[in-house]
Order: sequence, then structure tokens, then C-alpha cells
Amino acid sequence: MPMAKPPNPNSQKNEKRPQGKVDEEEGEGDVLSSKLPEEMESLDGDSASDNEEEEEEDGSQVSDLDDEQSRSDVSSDGDPFTDDFLGGSDEEGEELRSESDESDLEAKSRAIDEARARAEVEADEELRLNIKEESDEFRLPTKEELEEEARLPPNLSNLQRRIKEIVRVLTNFKTLRQEGASRKDYIDQLKADIMAYYGYNEFLADTFIEMFPAVELIELLEAFEKNRPECLRTNTLKTRRRDLAGVLINRGVNLDPVGKWSKVGLVVYESQVPTGATPEYLAGHYMRQAANSFLPVMALAPQEKERIVDMAAAPGGKTTYIAALMKNTGVIYANEYKEPRLKSLLANIHRMGVTNTVVCNYDGKELPKILGLNSVDRVLLDAPCTGTGTVCPDQQSIKTSKSIEDVQNCAFLQKQLILAAIDLVDANSKSGGYVVYSTCSVMIPENEAIIDYALRKRDVKIVPCGLDFGRSGFIRFREHRFHPSLEKTRRFYPHVNNMEGFFVAKLKKLSNSKPAAPGAPNTSEKTEEAAAIDDDKKLRKDAPNGKPEQLKNSRKGKGKKKIGFKSGTHSEGKVSPSKPKLRKKRKFASREEISQAREEKRKSLKKRKV
Amino acid sequence: MRPLDEKETAAVFEKLFKFTGPNLKHIVERPAVEGPDDPPGRYCFRLHKNRVYYASESLVRRSTNVSRARLAGIGTCIGKFTHHGSFRLTVQALDLLAAHARHKVWLKPTAEMSFLYGNSVLKSGLGRITDNVKSGDGVVVFSMTDVPLGFGVAARSTQDCRKAHADAIVVNHQADAGEYLRNEAEL
Repeated sequence: MPMAKPPNPNSQKNEKRPQGKVDEEEGEGDVLSSKLPEEMESLDGDSASDNEEEEEEDGSQVSDLDDEQSRSDVSSDGDPFTDDFLGGSDEEGEELRSESDESDLEAKSRAIDEARARAEVEADEELRLNIKEESDEFRLPTKEELEEEARLPPNLSNLQRRIKEIVRVLTNFKTLRQEGASRKDYIDQLKADIMAYYGYNEFLADTFIEMFPAVELIELLEAFEKNRPECLRTNTLKTRRRDLAGVLINRGVNLDPVGKWSKVGLVVYESQVPTGATPEYLAGHYMRQAANSFLPVMALAPQEKERIVDMAAAPGGKTTYIAALMKNTGVIYANEYKEPRLKSLLANIHRMGVTNTVVCNYDGKELPKILGLNSVDRVLLDAPCTGTGTVCPDQQSIKTSKSIEDVQNCAFLQKQLILAAIDLVDANSKSGGYVVYSTCSVMIPENEAIIDYALRKRDVKIVPCGLDFGRSGFIRFREHRFHPSLEKTRRFYPHVNNMEGFFVAKLKKLSNSKPAAPGAPNTSEKTEEAAAIDDDKKLRKDAPNGKPEQLKNSRKGKGKKKIGFKSGTHSEGKVSPSKPKLRKKRKFASREEISQAREEKRKSLKKRKV
Repeated sequence: MRPLDEKETAAVFEKLFKFTGPNLKHIVERPAVEGPDDPPGRYCFRLHKNRVYYASESLVRRSTNVSRARLAGIGTCIGKFTHHGSFRLTVQALDLLAAHARHKVWLKPTAEMSFLYGNSVLKSGLGRITDNVKSGDGVVVFSMTDVPLGFGVAARSTQDCRKAHADAIVVNHQADAGEYLRNEAEL
């Protein structure tokens, strides 16, 4: 009789004991079956085979018992002793009696569990084996397959899978490569897939592939597909971050401090009110600004009562930040080249309560002439660039519109602007002498190349930006070799820092001179580089033809030098290259003179000997 | 950029006096700590392309080498002269006025947005008002948290405000901070 089976104290579960007692009472307890119909069904397969012989009138209850037992064994990891310890304290006597039966059941249930575990392990192995087989067999698509693909509309999931596979192969190229396929083949296919899947034009795809290793490349491209979080900057002239955060939270804005690196930044997760139209915004308590725009101003570190120039100021986020740091003292020259953007610059300046600014509308290259050379303490140049670091779902046009000509044009303009910026700064300023150059681009010709150019053309050196996060700039890239101090510049990426792609460099002007030839500094003569005409004239005059002429030239050179010196201070059109050439001429002349003198001495000695 | 002549100065001061009263002296004679030189100079008014700017003397001196066509602004623009010669204060003067205002009005939170859209202040939106406001006085409008929102002209005196019914206009709108969004091009 199945009901003669004593209750099983094996389980710690409280359900068991009443069930066991119920079982004892013969039929009163359909509690189990009503509680756990699903368990019954799921374990039926296993227990039914064991309990076939026992499936009589009370078959359901018996199988429940077994289910419970096997369940309990599973829960205790197949170790019956723990169960026994807890459950057996109440029912020790019964346990002794039921040992033999229990061991049967235990053995059976353990067998079931083992079988299940084995099945799982085998399934796992099989899965891994399948994956391995698939991956080993990743082949580059043949020409026929590619043509086939080109005819159909692009299959995005296919492309994505292929991109991931290629990246995986490239990271472990030796082992995973296909026979007969070179690295270039993989990279070409990757480029085609990236262009098709993400929508970049060939130039950008090429550049990104060159700049980033495969895994990071995909991270970057994925980050470019997402929007960066919106940031606010507290206007410390009017409020504090704590107060502002409280007020905005009351209005229904979900925000947080932007990070340890800024004391004035807030990042907005979501907002019930438009952040650009709250009364606090209109009263100038904060500015909506991208997180990366904080960085050049933090690097600039303007002090109170300094003279600062912001060469590309619109729409005014950085200018107003500078004014806030300076507490409305000193002077800021906010320059903007494009007239339509002046309106927003002026509006932001007034809204934020900035009073120490002069706003002008010049081409940045002209500023040294207007404001005077070596006249200001610090300059911020947030240069116009291709903006390749700002790709996001709202700015998709960048992906297809940038080409090598755009980069070259921007680079040309940036080189001129950075030289003008350096010329504006006074190297001997008491508290300053710094230029900060920043762009929102990741292209090397617009970033490191420009700083390298500045190092060669002016007497400046790179100093640390004061930003302790972000990657250092490239020192070498492909065939380019930059000055090693370029590692003090900083690069920011969306997939690393969660802000737009950005580049910041801080330069300190060492002296007000301009080296014409590399490494040959002049004295403090003010010259400009554009006067090639003067250069030619001087060359013609200084052509050496013979000793007397050389002597003449040397005198001429001296004279010219004096004239040159005088005129240099008045006009600004003299060429510095002429000066060292004159010097060289004089040196030559003097060497000639010396050798001449020696000759004469030897002659005279010979004569004396004779 | 040139200093204001007598008529222009009179017009500007008249408008300012409506808001500040005797505090006008503070505006004109404030020591300016902006310049990099000490002893600090003072503030002055300059006219440039029909707009009146309020800036410290040192700032003005530093802006003289910017040519007339290229100068877009110095310091704070407080208003402009219209075609026919009358002077109007613009919203950019708000900070200055708010600091030296004699008569103030505080709005209830429900009425803030309405005023920022350019509507006048009704009695129903009035939270507090300074005493002894007379009709026609310049009044600076704040929110209950002392955030300046704009300025206008009082339509009623303080007593009349108390007696007025809920829809009565108490302050006629002249300028508000919402103009930074609505009228950015015309500022």
C-alpha cells in the first residue's frame, strides 16, 4: 500500500510536514496537488517513470511526494545530510523506519538530477562547438556574394554580424584568418560594411580605420549613434550650483552634478519643462552648454583683472564662463567673424550678467593689428573646424559631407589663427602668457599638426592643460612625427568620456620673438611673415661677387641692418629672414677678411725669412 | 562711439529716474572694479549706433581701437534711441535696474510665465508690492524667489491695487526676460 509509506522528513520545507501528515491521514491532503499542479506536470516525465508502479488511486500524492523529494534534493544540492539535520529533528523516529525506502527514492532522484546535469553540460558543449565551427568558418564574402548583396537592399543585421566577425578576426589575426586572405582584404571589407551600415563616406571611414584599432573603432562608431547628455553650467555670477539644482529639481528637471571634474556643471537626464525656457534660464542663472565646452576654459584658467581674448566667441558659452571665473573684472575681447552669430553672443552676454566684455566683429587673423601685438594676457582659440567629433543622431550630415579638402581648408585657417593668437599674447605678462587651442574634431591634421606647426613657427612650449582625464594627443601617426611634448595635449572621445570628440592644447609663450629659421631666435624685433617682396629685394642687393664687394656688402649689410632695425620698429613689413642672412654675410665677410689677413701675414713672414 | 550729449543724457536719466529715483546717483557714481588698473574708475554711458551702453571707463578706453563698423557692444547695452529720438530701455538693463530699483513687484508663481510671455501683470498675479507706488512709476518685476523677470510701469498706486478687482492690470509690461528668446534679433 503506497499509503503505508511513512512521511518523508527529508525536506526542510514547511510544506512537507503537513503534506507528510496529510499523507498519513490517507487521502485528506490533496493540498499538494492543488498547490503545485505545474510542478507535477514538469517533473511528471521523470517521476512518472519511477513511480509507475505506484500510480494507483493515490498516485498523484505519491508522485507529489517524489516530486517534493527530488525537488528538495535539488535544492540542497543533492546533499541529504543538511536536510536530514533540520527536518529530522522533529521526526527522528520515523526517519529510522523509513531509511531503506528513502535511500531508494534518494538514489532515484539523484540519478534523475545527474542525468539532467549531464544533459545540460552536453548541450553547452554542443553549443560551444557549434559556435566554434561557425566562427572558424567565417569567410570573407566572394565577389559573387558581394554582387548579389549589392543588388538587394542592404541587410543591416547581416552587415552588423559581418562587422563584428571581421573585428574579431582582426583582433586575433594569426589564428582566425582565412587562408589566402590578407589583412588588407579584411579591412577593405570592414570599410565597405561600415560605410553601408553606419552611413559614413569613404574619407571618414578611411580616417577612422586608420586612427583606431578595430574594437575601439566599433565602440566609437556606436557612441556616435547616440546623443550626448545635455549639460548645464551654473552662472556663478548669479547663483550657486546647489541652489540652482534645488530650484530646477522643483520644476521637474532630473539632474546630477556632471562629475568630479567640474564644480559648476550639471547633467540633465530628463526634464518635464524645457530647460531652455525656465525663468531661471531667462534670468541668466545657467547656460546650456556641452560638457566638452567647459574644458578649454578650465584649461585657460583666467585670473581676475586680466585681459583675455576669445577669438571665436559665438554663441558665448565659453566667453561667459571666462567672465564668471574672472568675476566680471578685467577685460574680455569677444570676437566673432560671422555677423549673424553676433546677436546670440550679445544676448547671452547680457542675459548672464557679464559686464566686462567688448564685442567685436573681426576676422581673427586681423586681431593682432587691431589690439596690438603682445598686448593681452591669455587667448582662447576655439577654432572653426570640420566638427568630426560632434557626430550624433541630430548631426548626421557630417558623416557624408566632410572630405579631405574640408580638412585641409580648416587646417590652413587654423594655422593662421593660432599664429595670430600667439602674436596677441604678451610673453612677459605677469600672470599669463597662455594660449589655449581647442577644436571639436578628431582629425589629426586639425589638432596635433596645428600645434606642431605653432611650435616650429613661434617661441612657445606646450604645458599641461590641467585636465587630468582624457587621452594624450598623438606624438606620431603614420608618417607624421610630432614634437614629443604633444603628449601634454588632450583628446576626448564619446566612447571614453561620454562627451563629444574634442581636442585641447595649452601653450605658453616663452618670448615675444619670432624665430625665422628653426632654432634661431631674434631679438625683440616685431616682424610679420608675409613680406616676401622685401626678401627678394634684399637678396638681389646682397649677392656676393668678390671680396671688395663683399666688404662693401658687409658695410652695406651693417647699414641695412641699422635701417632695417629702425624701420622694423615703425612699420611692420620687414622680413626677419633678411636679418640672419645679413649676419651670415657679415660672418662670411669677416672670415674672408680673417683668411685674407692670415695670407698677408704669411706673405710678410715669408718675405721676412727671405 | 561717443559720449552722450546733453539732450540724450537728459532722456536717458529721465527714464532711469522713473525706476530708481534718488538711487540714480548710485548708478552713475559706482566705483568700477573691472579694469585692470587702480584706483578704479567710474562707469559712463556711451552712444554707439543708436544704442546706449553702460560700461566702466577702463573698458571704454580699451575699446577705442576697435573700429566703429566692427564694434558690436561694450559692457551692457541699456537701451536704444528710436528713429524719432525717444529713448527706450531694453531688457538688457534689467540687472542694473533690479539692483537699484525703488519700486518692486513680486509675482505669484502662477503668473510668472504669463509675464514672461509679454503680458501685463494682473491683480490676480500680484504677490507683493512695495508701498508708496504711484501710478506711472517705473516698477521692476520679480518672482517670489527674488529672480528679476522684467520691468514695467505701474498702472495703479499701491492703495488702488488693493481695491482693484482680480482682472485689473496693475503693471503695464515694458520689457521681460522672455524677450531673450522671443526677440533675440531685435535686442
